[in-house]
Parts: sequence; C-alpha cells; structure tokens
Amino acid sequence: MKIALVEYGAGNLPSVERALARLGADTFRAPAPEALADADAIILPGVGHFGALMRQLGERGMIDPLRERISGGVPFLGICLGLQALFSASDEAPDDRGLGVFPGRVAAMPATAKLPHMGWNQLERREPARLLEGVPDDAYFYFAHSFAAMSSATGPGHAEAALCNHGGRFVAVVENGSICGVQFHPEKSGQAGARLLENFLGLAHGYAKNGSGEKRQGTAQ
Amino acid sequence: MSLARRIIPCLDTDGSRVVKGVQFIHLRDAGDPAELAARYNREGADELVVLDIAASRDHRPTFLETIRRVAAELAIPLSAGGGIGTLEEGQAILRAGADKVTVNTAAIRRPALLTELAAEFGAQAVVLAIDARRDGKSWRAYVRGGHESTDLDAVAWAQEGVERGAGEILLTSMDRDGTREGFDCELTAAVSETVSVPVIASGGADTPQDFLDVFKKGKADAALAASIFHDNLQGFGELKRFLAERGIPMRVSA
Repeated sequence: MKIALVEYGAGNLPSVERALARLGADTFRAPAPEALADADAIILPGVGHFGALMRQLGERGMIDPLRERISGGVPFLGICLGLQALFSASDEAPDDRGLGVFPGRVAAMPATAKLPHMGWNQLERREPARLLEGVPDDAYFYFAHSFAAMSSATGPGHAEAALCNHGGRFVAVVENGSICGVQFHPEKSGQAGARLLENFLGLAHGYAKNGSGEKRQGTAQ
Repeated sequence: MSLARRIIPCLDTDGSRVVKGVQFIHLRDAGDPAELAARYNREGADELVVLDIAASRDHRPTFLETIRRVAAELAIPLSAGGGIGTLEEGQAILRAGADKVTVNTAAIRRPALLTELAAEFGAQAVVLAIDARRDGKSWRAYVRGGHESTDLDAVAWAQEGVERGAGEILLTSMDRDGTREGFDCELTAAVSETVSVPVIASGGADTPQDFLDVFKKGKADAALAASIFHDNLQGFGELKRFLAERGIPMRVSA
C-alpha cells in the first residue's frame, strides 16, 4: 500500500511524512501528476496561502488528475489548507479556483475571537466518521488558521463529520465516502492526531485490498 | 468547549546544547535538546520553542541540525528562531522542521521582514518575539538578547508587528526572566488587550499559581517557561490539572 503526499513546494510535508512513518505507513512524495496514478491513497498536506497552493498545483498540472482520482474513489485526506482546497473558492484568494469537490466557499473567520485560530481545540461531532473512530469525544486537536469553511459550506448531502467553534462554527472534519479533510493538523495533534491518521490508513488499506477496479465507495456511512 | 490555553516549554540553546542562565547571562548546560523535546512531548507539553541564543552565523548549520533532531521527536508544534534576519534564514528554519519561525532583533531593524515572512509562509508561521523591560509607566523593547535598548514602546511595537504580519507574539519580561517571581501580568495584559493575535507570556514562571495569574490577570493565550520544566520542578500533568480545576481551558490528556 503506497500513500502519495502531494508535494507543491511549501507546507508541512516532512512532519506529515514523519507522523505516518511512526505508524509504519509507506509514503512517497508526489510532485507531478504521474506520481498520483499508482497511489492507494492521497494526502494533500497544506499550510500557507490558498492562492499559492492552487497556483502551484496548477503549474504542476495536478488539478485535473487530483479531481479525477478523488472522484474515482481513491481515499483522499486534505489537511488544513488541503481541506480548504476541496472547496470551490476561498476569500483568501478570490481569483483562484479550488478543486471544487465541494461547492461551498472558504471564508475569513469572524474577528470576534483572536486570529489566527492557533492552538488546541475540541470538536463537535455531527456525523459518525471512520476518521474519528476510537478518538475520545473530548480530544483536542491542533489548529493554526485564519480562514475556514463555515458550517454547511460543503452543501446538502455532504458529511460534515465534526465542527469546531472559534468565533463561529466551522468545518473541522469532513468525511464523504473516501473524501476526507481536517482543518486541524493531525500530524501535530499528539495521540489523538495519530489515531486519526491511523484510521485514514485503515481506509487506504481497504481500498488497496479491494483494488481500484472495484466500484467506487458509496457515500458517507 | 473552547480553545485551550497552552503550556510551552522553551529550550534556550547555544546551537546544539540546552543552556540556562539568569537574565540572559551566567549560562550553564542543561541537557540535550532532542532528549528534552521527547520528554516534553510525552509528558503533555502543548508546543515547544527552541531558540539559538548565541545566534552566530558560523554555527547556524548546527542549529538547523538541532531543529531537525528536535522535530523528529515531536507530535506537537515547534517554533524556532534566534538571529533570523532574512526570508532565506526563516525558510531554512521551517524546512528543518519548525512550524513557526520566531524573529526579534531583525524585525525591529527591518519590520518588512515580518511582511515578507507572512506573505511567503502565512501569518500562522510568524512569531514576533519581544523582549520588554519596564521603563516608568510603560515597557521598552530590547534587542540583541536583551543587551541593547531601543526607542520602541513594547506594546506599540507588538501592535505594529501584528499589522505587518506577525501571527503570534512571544512576550518576554526581562525584569522577570530567570527570577521565578511570577510572570509580568501587567505587561502581558497590556499587549494581549492591544493585539488581535495570540500572546505567549514568558519570564518569571515558578508556581502553578503564577500560570493561573498570567492566564486570568495577564489574559495570556499561552505561557512559556524553561528551567522549572528542565529541572523537573513542575510536571505538565499536575500543572494542567491545577489550572483546569480553576476554570482555565486545558488539554489535560496527551
């Protein structure tokens, strides 16, 4: 089982790599579209600027291949900015399009609380999610961001598995079939984060075992 | 449910070894950074700061190697800095495995550095460290590890730093640093109430009550200490339970 980490020249890729290595996962860096073809799962780690990320993915010719593999059912995990990239657009870079897997828009968080939203926060569970199996309800995760998909941004029928509240409720965990995203950094979130990554590896393992030729996984369970 | 206040141990290093001293002088060896990092990660620290207090260009490769060794031990965020003067130097710190880069003297000399770093890596990766000393009714910012005073008011400089791109303020009271007389709550509150970003209070930590005071009276978002953790005078679990029982939101389990 091989996990592709999308490499686009910035971001937290080494820490994600290390966190997965601790769990015994076999990862490789994917700096170009060809590298995505054989992946049993794809992780898009991200920190920084929405526009910079989308432009980098565009220059590398990775936007369409990513969309195709995601809609083809390969387990996908977007981390922080990688979650935001799943949406159609972001107020952080109004001229750049997101991957558009979800129709909603990423917005600036309300300035009623201190920004960036930086530190450890808890989740409000909304839907059962395989990503959160075995994670205590009161577990803390590490966040570092000023933009977010506010609640219901994924659109009707999509699974907002968990929200978080910081000046307003925003999407913290998405799990829509094989399409996953987390606004926090599991690679920086101690044992709770390690458990979440382990759960994602479980999804990837199931996909690798059944083969990509199988019909794509259904909607959220 | 709300954002937890953070407890942050700090490793002051000479590039490769943890050192400690009182008010930036009388340094002595306090251990291996990676070993301490592993211990704090395990025991429930919320984040780690690693500083190169010697910060000479000659041994920068040594410090970058220290960051790599420390980062390899952590499943919590890492801030690192010391003598960072350019975008390239900041990038090297982040590439070595830090999540945030702290800048101090160079940002005062050339505030555009904050803007450049934030534009490249995002404000969440830029920590403005301010060394402040009381001066009458206000506080003055110091540079070069506290050796040289500036004409900047510390609170006004914090505000300007945030406007220019800093996503967090690491605020050290030089009057309290190394004294174990408690945090400077007045200084911390003055900055925390002025800026829109999180403030890490530093300098003077001794008892759990000091931490309670800096969160309640000082309105700190995080509190940083070094020697009380290095010397095992204070455990993270008991400190966090003490604070949680008194109404401070804390991540108590690792």
